[in-house]
Amino acid sequence: MKIIFQINIIILLIITFRHTNLEAKDIIIDKSGAITSIKQALGLCQNGDRLIIKKGYYKERDIEINKSVQITGEDFPVVDAEFKSGLFHIKADDVRIEGLIIKNTAMSFVAEYAGIKIDSAKNCIIKGNKILYNYFGVYIAFGADCKIEDNIIVGRQSKSETTSGNGVHLWYSKNITISNNKISNQRDGIYLEFSQNSAIDNNISENNLRYGLHFMFSHRCVYNGNTFRNNVGGVAVMYTKYIHMYNNKFENNWGPASYGLLLKDITDSEIKYNLFHENSTAIYLENSVRLLIEHNNITDNGWALKIKSNSTDNDFVNNNFINNTFDVATGSKRNYVTFRKNYWSKYSGYDLNRDGYGDVPYKPVGLFSAIVENNSPAMILLRSLFIQILEVAEKIVPSITPVDLEDESPLMRSVR
Amino acid sequence: MNTMLKIIKYELRDVIRSKWILIYFGFLFLITEGMFQFSGSSSKVLLSLLNIVLILIPIITISYGIIYMYSSREFTEMLLAQPIKRKTLFSGLYSGLALPLSIAYLFGIGIPFIYHGVDEVSQFPVLIILMLSGVALTFVFTSLAVLISLSSEDKVKGLGIGIFVWLFMAVVYDGALLFGSYLLSEYPLEKPMIAVTILNPIDLARILLMLKFDISALMGYTGAVFKKFFGGPLGMLLSSGMLMLWIIIPCLIGKRIFVRKDF
Repeated sequence: MKIIFQINIIILLIITFRHTNLEAKDIIIDKSGAITSIKQALGLCQNGDRLIIKKGYYKERDIEINKSVQITGEDFPVVDAEFKSGLFHIKADDVRIEGLIIKNTAMSFVAEYAGIKIDSAKNCIIKGNKILYNYFGVYIAFGADCKIEDNIIVGRQSKSETTSGNGVHLWYSKNITISNNKISNQRDGIYLEFSQNSAIDNNISENNLRYGLHFMFSHRCVYNGNTFRNNVGGVAVMYTKYIHMYNNKFENNWGPASYGLLLKDITDSEIKYNLFHENSTAIYLENSVRLLIEHNNITDNGWALKIKSNSTDNDFVNNNFINNTFDVATGSKRNYVTFRKNYWSKYSGYDLNRDGYGDVPYKPVGLFSAIVENNSPAMILLRSLFIQILEVAEKIVPSITPVDLEDESPLMRSVR
Repeated sequence: MNTMLKIIKYELRDVIRSKWILIYFGFLFLITEGMFQFSGSSSKVLLSLLNIVLILIPIITISYGIIYMYSSREFTEMLLAQPIKRKTLFSGLYSGLALPLSIAYLFGIGIPFIYHGVDEVSQFPVLIILMLSGVALTFVFTSLAVLISLSSEDKVKGLGIGIFVWLFMAVVYDGALLFGSYLLSEYPLEKPMIAVTILNPIDLARILLMLKFDISALMGYTGAVFKKFFGGPLGMLLSSGMLMLWIIIPCLIGKRIFVRKDF
């Protein structure tokens, strides 16, 4: 009797599930059809429904999504907020938005108007949209397990940082995947604050007004295969532990306060296999502790490394330092970081025992970089014969540069 | 004009016969070729050539020029006995000195680049600037050599002055500049520094090359001021104008001395 009852319950459950599944329906939104606006469709739909938006121009704003629906655009329909307010505001889990052109949300100093704002929702997917000329592109607050993939996010051509928002903005979110997006002309390309365990992969973030990537208090995130180039401030990351940065490119971040990668108060992190090319300063370390910086290519930068002396226990291993104007600059005469087995293109030592490592240690802090640090107009004397003579004298009898900052086993050939 | 060409032709033959110019050419050629063999990448070769241009060209040009002027004095006096205008003779002498030196330089570093090529197209303008500034420096220091050798009768004294002039421009001047920048470090020095460096031909050539090699470092705060000035049209015009003045003024003074001199 009992068994039959259980079976009945199971059958009943199966039927109910099938029933709800059967009820999930497609709602078509078409300018020439019965349903002409997204808001109207959202009023009619239920959890699990699919909203298909036909090609057209939809002037809407403040679209609140309270149900778990999929919104799919056919041939990129345009959803335009006409600079009056925000657009999609997702408050339900499992929402998917795909294939839309989402544009022209308003600028505001009070509200965070965004192309797509996800508020306290889980498992949302934002995929393959063109998110154009918005204040914020995608904004996630208190979200979890969401994916932002394959979008093109272009900000407004704003002149100042204050009147521009971020491309992808995460606030108190976790387990977010941001991948294969192309972000430009925003304030910060990708911005994370108090957001943890997220993966940021294969994005291109360029020509932003401030930073290509910016995060604070966002522990245990992985950054893999991204490209950050031509951003006014480069990349700046702060107050975070356990970061993993692999295979990223930091390129052409030029300017007086522009850094390929600025690390402030970063601890216990790994930076590996990245390329730093033609930045004013490739990596800047301030109060950053226990970092492993390994197998990076640091080429053609103004300064390869600027290390403030409150950065300790960092390990630089197997990096290539090629054609940088200055290899290392530091404000202090003491040294708390280690350099091992790096390749320095300026190294002029010899290798008599042929073990692949130079027999004379390499001192990456030149006298001139110390001079320029204190007396910046002296920069105009770069490559002067006088400076070169001083440089040689300093190498023989160090007086200004830190004595123990050296690579004891510099590689004779660059690391592949 | 015709007589001038004849004088240049004769001098060219004389210069080549004395073999020094060939040694100069061979030296530059071997160094460039050697650097290609050892370093393998053209960007490194260009960087090392920068030092050659800035250090070696001035010292070699000025000392060779002075020695040549003194040793060809008898020949000059012989020509003066002929019905040749002194101005023409001077122009011939000057060109006969500056041209072979420039040609030796251009071929010396140019030939290895012809068959090794450059790694990237973007390095091509760097090579051009390197060659142009080398030629400009050759002309500047030939002018100075001619001026020095004409204003002093004593060969040793002339050579001494020449080496001192080189040492002053290449080392002492920059040292004083650095010292001054420390003394006045409280003041915004970017613009005065530009004004002072523009007076020294070696510094001018150095900055023109620096703009090509160290562009990333120059994007820093102070560097940006220099980059903006020397990279802009006004700076380019002013710095190449200054180099021209460094060629023309000593040359004109030398000519004046030559024309009036009682040999």
